[in-house]
Amino acid sequence: MQNILVYIQAPGATPTKSQCELLTLGASLGEVRVVLGAHADEATRAVLSSWGATGFYAAEALEGHIAPEAALLAAAAKDFKAAAVLLPNDSAGREVAARAAIKLDAGVITDAIGVEQDLTVTKSVLAGSYTVRVKATRGPLLVTVKPNSVELPSEAPATISAAALSTLDLGEVGPMAVITGVSERASSGRPDLSEARFVVAGGRGVDGDFGPVEELADALGAAVGASRAATDAGWIDHGAQIGQTGKTVSPQLYISAGISGAIQQKAGMQTSTYIVAVNSDPDAPVFEIADLGIVGDLTRVLPQAAAEIRRRKG
Amino acid sequence: MSQSTGTPLRILVLVKHVPDVQFDRHLAGEHLRIDRQDSVLSELDEYAIEAGLQLAESRGGAAAGNTVTALSMGPEAAVNAVRKALQMGATEGVHLCDDALAGSDAGATSLALAAAVRHLAGFDLIITGMSSTDAETSLVPAQLAERLSLAQLTQISRVELAADSTTIRAVRETEHAALNLEAELPVLLSVTDQANEPRYPNFKGIMAAKKKKVTVLNLSDIGVDPASVGGAGSATQVEAAEARAEREAGRIITDSGNAGIELVDFLAAAKLI
Ligand SMILES: Cc1cc2nc3c(=O)[nH]c(=O)nc-3n(C[C@H](O)[C@H](O)[C@H](O)COP(=O)(O)OP(=O)(O)OC[C@H]3O[C@@H](n4cnc5c(N)ncnc54)[C@H](O)[C@@H]3O)c2cc1C
Repeated sequence: MQNILVYIQAPGATPTKSQCELLTLGASLGEVRVVLGAHADEATRAVLSSWGATGFYAAEALEGHIAPEAALLAAAAKDFKAAAVLLPNDSAGREVAARAAIKLDAGVITDAIGVEQDLTVTKSVLAGSYTVRVKATRGPLLVTVKPNSVELPSEAPATISAAALSTLDLGEVGPMAVITGVSERASSGRPDLSEARFVVAGGRGVDGDFGPVEELADALGAAVGASRAATDAGWIDHGAQIGQTGKTVSPQLYISAGISGAIQQKAGMQTSTYIVAVNSDPDAPVFEIADLGIVGDLTRVLPQAAAEIRRRKG
Repeated sequence: MSQSTGTPLRILVLVKHVPDVQFDRHLAGEHLRIDRQDSVLSELDEYAIEAGLQLAESRGGAAAGNTVTALSMGPEAAVNAVRKALQMGATEGVHLCDDALAGSDAGATSLALAAAVRHLAGFDLIITGMSSTDAETSLVPAQLAERLSLAQLTQISRVELAADSTTIRAVRETEHAALNLEAELPVLLSVTDQANEPRYPNFKGIMAAKKKKVTVLNLSDIGVDPASVGGAGSATQVEAAEARAEREAGRIITDSGNAGIELVDFLAAAKLI
């Protein structure tokens, strides 16, 4: 059986959906050990063990930014003789993989949507216009996996006792930036954009008021997204931006409201299963990729749809 | 690379020549590489050039001896990315050009760029865009920091360097938080499209760029073994590619008062609710 490392950046009392996906994927490929990007107590390690971890790697101290995490990951990959290392696809996950790959003389593949038994990776490239199959030709495969790529078991596994923890020495990690402050983004209480099944997104057409977008999102249990025009205007947090320089989402349903459909916006949403667009301009490019296009005023269409959903749900 | 108060800054900006995102882009040939016709300076690198120019200007600009060098690695036509940077205001250009580089993945690219940086030597800041607009991996900046042993400040939306300081302060945007980062020069910086508003080259800039120096380097100039880069030196390999079927326009309706209901009918028919 091949050895698989899973990088859990921020272990918490309950693992996130993406973390469960990495562990589930890892267990389907081989024997899994977890590299801890931060301190995890016994209870946290027990939960991760029930998701398939048969061992843990941690560092005495992980102070600093990216460089020490990469050093830990590389040391763990050597110790475990890992065939593959699975990481989250966010910026820190990519960068830790990037630096560890140099230490290990290994290949990194980002944005994976699937990893097969022989470690062939599937991903889409050029803003979703191609699906490619890629392999690492040297070293352990380092792969960052997009959320929603792995099907989870219907029930969380029963908790078992925590697997063993080994502490590794990082050696000299070199110069790095220090973190002098952190401001967490306010949580909206809505589903996380990258993991959500449904997304309702608003653009410049909402004209400063995300109310209708949020109302429809809440009726559907959807996450709220935005175009860059809307985030640049300060109508909504930058974390909601979808597109080339924002988040890439691939939900079952994407409702685009008051968004023209520029190429950079399409890059972040055109692999959604269903796309519905509401725009007052019949010539808006977004209609070229919509399964249902509604030429109309979003301030009328969205609240009416929200009310109808609430009515049908009873 | 040390910086004492008042010494001019030497800034290196890395720029990539990429297929224009406004047109259809293709993978082609036996090795399934990106077809690089109709290429332009990667839009996201304009933010890196602007950041370099602003940092130099905050220290008195070219008049005070600060320099902004633009470096591009790529085939012959990639010199156009360097030219655009010179038109925006960069001081001089370097073009790393060698047939053996074709097909390099992120690891091989960072190997060649790191060797070029060592060859040119003496930079206080190396600045890149947040990702290329073709491969979109964001791996190269972190790999350069690793290879060159530089403090890494990546995905930066705000950056400042006080006139009398060698401490760089920056804000990194992550998925769930904004981090304030601090490091001493020299550093590697990657900036996002939130960092600034890139300037357009004006007539004066375009004329001045014609007289600026562009140095061309090949792999032997920078001491890199051709076998360690390109498709053969890369640690990843594309085995197969399939073009995704174009999305087609579906049904378009015009709201005549009950489009909201029709929207919900559509969701119900697709079994989404
Ligand atoms: C380097 C770079 C990176 C970029 N990255 C991104 C990115 O990641 N994401 C992104 O989204 N953009 C990105 N952009 C910007 C992108 O090019 C567009 O400018 C942006 O997507 C436009 O946003 P919008 O569609 O909301 O605004 P607009 O293009 O102004 O469109 C507004 C739309 O709203 C419609 N409308 C107005 N009022 C109503 C109403 N009452 N009801 C219904 N419809 C209405 C209008 O008909 C129009 O189609 C990037 C650009 C650059 C240069």
